[in-house]
Amino acid sequence: MNKALLIRNGRVIDPSQNMDHIADVKIENKLITAIGTNLPIGKGMIEMNARGMIVTPGLIDLHTHLREPGFEYKETVETGVAAAIAGGFTTICCMPNTNPVNDNAAITELILERARKAGKANVLPVGAITRGLKGEELSEIYELISSGCVAISDDGMPVMNSLIMRRALEYAKIFDIPVIDHCEDLNLTDGGVMFEGAVSTALGLKGIPAASEAIMVARDLALAAQTKGRIHLAHISTADSVHLIREAKARGVLVTAETCPHYFTLTDEAVHGYNTNAKMKPPLPATRDLLEVRAGLADGTIDAIATDHAPHAESEKEQEMDLAPFGIIGLETALPLSLRLVSEGVLTLPALIHKLTLGPAEILKKQIGRMRVGDCADITIIDPTLEWTVQKENLKSKSKNSPFIGWKMAGIAVSVIVAGEAMAVNENTRLVGQAQRK
Amino acid sequence: MRLSQKDLLALSDLQKEEIALILSTAATFKEVLDRDIKKVPTLRGKTIVNLFFEPSTRTRTSFELAAKRLSADCINITAATSSTTKGESLLDTARNIEAMQADIIILRHPSSGTPALLARSLKSAIINAGDGTHEHPSQGLLDLFTIQEKKGTLAGLKVVIVGDILHSRVARSDIYGLKKMGAEVTIVGPPTMIPPYTDQWKVATSYNLDQAVVGADVIILLRLQRERQGKGFFPTLREYARLYGLNASRLKKANNDALIMHPGPINRGVEISSDVADGLSSVILDQVKNGVAVRMAILYLLSGHANE
Repeated sequence: MNKALLIRNGRVIDPSQNMDHIADVKIENKLITAIGTNLPIGKGMIEMNARGMIVTPGLIDLHTHLREPGFEYKETVETGVAAAIAGGFTTICCMPNTNPVNDNAAITELILERARKAGKANVLPVGAITRGLKGEELSEIYELISSGCVAISDDGMPVMNSLIMRRALEYAKIFDIPVIDHCEDLNLTDGGVMFEGAVSTALGLKGIPAASEAIMVARDLALAAQTKGRIHLAHISTADSVHLIREAKARGVLVTAETCPHYFTLTDEAVHGYNTNAKMKPPLPATRDLLEVRAGLADGTIDAIATDHAPHAESEKEQEMDLAPFGIIGLETALPLSLRLVSEGVLTLPALIHKLTLGPAEILKKQIGRMRVGDCADITIIDPTLEWTVQKENLKSKSKNSPFIGWKMAGIAVSVIVAGEAMAVNENTRLVGQAQRK
Repeated sequence: MRLSQKDLLALSDLQKEEIALILSTAATFKEVLDRDIKKVPTLRGKTIVNLFFEPSTRTRTSFELAAKRLSADCINITAATSSTTKGESLLDTARNIEAMQADIIILRHPSSGTPALLARSLKSAIINAGDGTHEHPSQGLLDLFTIQEKKGTLAGLKVVIVGDILHSRVARSDIYGLKKMGAEVTIVGPPTMIPPYTDQWKVATSYNLDQAVVGADVIILLRLQRERQGKGFFPTLREYARLYGLNASRLKKANNDALIMHPGPINRGVEISSDVADGLSSVILDQVKNGVAVRMAILYLLSGHANE
């Protein structure tokens, strides 16, 4: 039975209605039924004291790897959604590079079934652009969309053939879905393992030039302009890419973009000591790139913050730099790292919440990421000042491949409500007030 | 004085004083090598493992000889006979070797940074015998030793390093070592083989060997990996040799007493002409001889010995 909830006196921030004030939020039968001050409490209603907390629409992650099916030793749908909830995310989009690849209804349905069983965050699968992520023939996109996919991407395997990408952008218009591209020119990458720059030269590691991303961003923008298709550029990391997207938006190209917390937090300096937990694609670039990514977030060039949560087993990361897989987990550190943008004056708090809620929702064209009366009650309650330390043993993700282990963070999701159901999260921190039944 | 770390991973990690300590210790051991009985009991009972994941004759033999001259037990493991071909990870292989009570593991590996991976996971001392395109510190040290032996000093010398700087671990170790000891360094090669951001090394860069060798005290030639041809780094070996090969006419532009060095094995007619390789300026074989003394010094100092 769904309980009625009354969240008292939180700072309610909902970018969809430009709302940012102290209010109560009432939730009944999975829906938000009232937002206002001094709302009367009904019989049997659970009251949560959110004084000093931020009450926002549930966070949305456009870019997660759940690894199931095929790589259950890294993550499962169950552990992945647990990590999402712990990080404050009520909705996550999972990438299709599973084994088998999510390029057909059977895999999409399997993922959705596992998500239903896990019963926590909403899981929205992303289907493959091409069969087997091979970049050759289009997947049956109608089948994917009708079985529950919300977008298409060959994430991790860029569609190198520009003609195939053009066709994908055109064909996706039938369904009005975004085509998500991982921008990387594989010929330029040529086996590189980190950003080409001063650190790669010092460490003698093969570099991936900044042009590897920028060239594909430029290509995708040209194709989007040509086709009037909707391109969404994943995990943008370099200054050159931000410049290109900014210019394309100014002339009306239908482009949206996301970046990840590590690109506005770390640089290639993090690779020193051959740290395989600083190895990801795109690679951590230089300071000028970090600053431009921040500028892109501030001026709206970058619409969303996504995690690119990419779990890998410890034994896989404890290898030679050349052999360790690319990627880091991110669901449980994204929120506090993003909150640093507010304390450092890059974004206002409502602008940041936008990048984690309405921003991604608008890219998906879904009625989520907002909390108007009548909306489904997906809500995240954040303690913005609570200090905590990232510790391996407290992470819900099955994998621990994070460069942020040991970091001191400020801010955490203390309660997450999905469809009116409050999830106890982060039992190691104090919960929002004490839930009291009247 | 002792070395500050348990491992020797890179010359970029060493202080000037530590480099000087290794060089002076090597000079002592070089005297041992000139005796009739070229063996001392210093490391009796110590176990030293050569763990080589790349083919090597010179470096492996040199370390083995250095270990034996110091009376240590020395085992050679090459990639072909190791368990990694059975799917065992590098770290597991290394942990097994450590469990057999290896005091020092000497690692050669095609991936940059693998000695650092072992060093932070094992208690054994790790010596980097060349990792990918990162560093080859014992080669760098024997180059410094050879130059100092011939020139009396390193400070103020003009050293030119020629060839594939991008992929050369020898170049990186030489550059870090030479700069710390006060030499001036110029790197020369085609732009495709000069890494980006070399300003951090405070070296001069040139694409023109004829100009760069003028006034040089030392010319270090790097081995050109023949497999780079066809990957777009340079069109043909022939063209490479014409632009960057050291021959007698180019050598004339250097100082009269310039030293010619090469880490070996040499490609005659590519980076170096035969007459120069075998000529009076060449100290290529001195480098090999000094390599044993320098590696004895490294093994000795990493075994916890202070130089009194």
